Amino acid sequence: MAGYFAVSFSFGILAMQGGLSVIQAALTSLTNMTSSGQFAGLQIIAAGGTLIELILTQVIINMRYSLMSLALSPKLDKKIKLWQRLLIAFANTDEIFAVAMSRERSLTFPYMAGLQILPIFGWTAGTAIGAIAGNLLPTALTAALGIALYGMFIAVVVPVARRSRPVLLSALIAIAISCVLYVLKVSAGISIIVSTVAASALMAFLRPIEGGVDE
Amino acid sequence: MKWLFIGAMALVTYLIRALPLTILQGKIKNKWLRSFLYYVPYACLSAMTFPAIFFATQSVWSAVAGVAIALLLAFFNRSLITVAAGACLTVLVVEQLMPLF
Repeated sequence: MAGYFAVSFSFGILAMQGGLSVIQAALTSLTNMTSSGQFAGLQIIAAGGTLIELILTQVIINMRYSLMSLALSPKLDKKIKLWQRLLIAFANTDEIFAVAMSRERSLTFPYMAGLQILPIFGWTAGTAIGAIAGNLLPTALTAALGIALYGMFIAVVVPVARRSRPVLLSALIAIAISCVLYVLKVSAGISIIVSTVAASALMAFLRPIEGGVDE
Repeated sequence: MKWLFIGAMALVTYLIRALPLTILQGKIKNKWLRSFLYYVPYACLSAMTFPAIFFATQSVWSAVAGVAIALLLAFFNRSLITVAAGACLTVLVVEQLMPLF
């Protein structure tokens, strides 16, 4: 809960800096429930990118969720109805997926709803408060807070990259491509797509992972 | 226009999550595709962070200092909040000190 709040708070500040209103920022969080996808979307909106660029980026970055949903599907209780599945799908985030998969028994609808409702609330409220605070706090402070979400991205990648040489390589390749595309003045969305796909595809070819995502 | 973009983001993200959970069932067998999807989050987060992080603050130098501290804290497995707060604090301090030079 605290983690959700902190990440969404910094997203709120960035959204405000990117030209979204408080309501737009909060609604983005409420309807998307994904940090990396929202963040990439925000970069594209702030840079005045195209709708195609936005949709393509979302598909690439959020593609992993389709695999998580695939893995989650057989673990759901047989009694869960279609409309309940449609609700569960809404907030199948990285963290919720991890917790759900670590549970031994089959997952009931009340269990999944209980797991999801607080993060949805914390994520949305944190964004709204971040966006409001972004308007009130002095520039020196919001400028410093602007680096917070990037800091969290670093905190996600570095510990895994430290253990796994292939992950480290995929990150370094992605960064190299992203920097080259930046120099070539390629737009943010295209750059994220190309860097992500190229680095992941190359590493999947060179160093295939046993088991894949749902390990 | 921004509303349209936010709506499109939400719709695409939802469909990606909902379709496999309802229509498609069963596991992805292709090893390459599974590996590809395994690498996507790390490649994506890295590409989004660099080089953008260097332009996220008021000066490139404060950002460089923030990145250094974030990498160091993350290397020693500090929590997300600690790494982010460390980076923010570094940026704040460096930007206050910079006019002295």
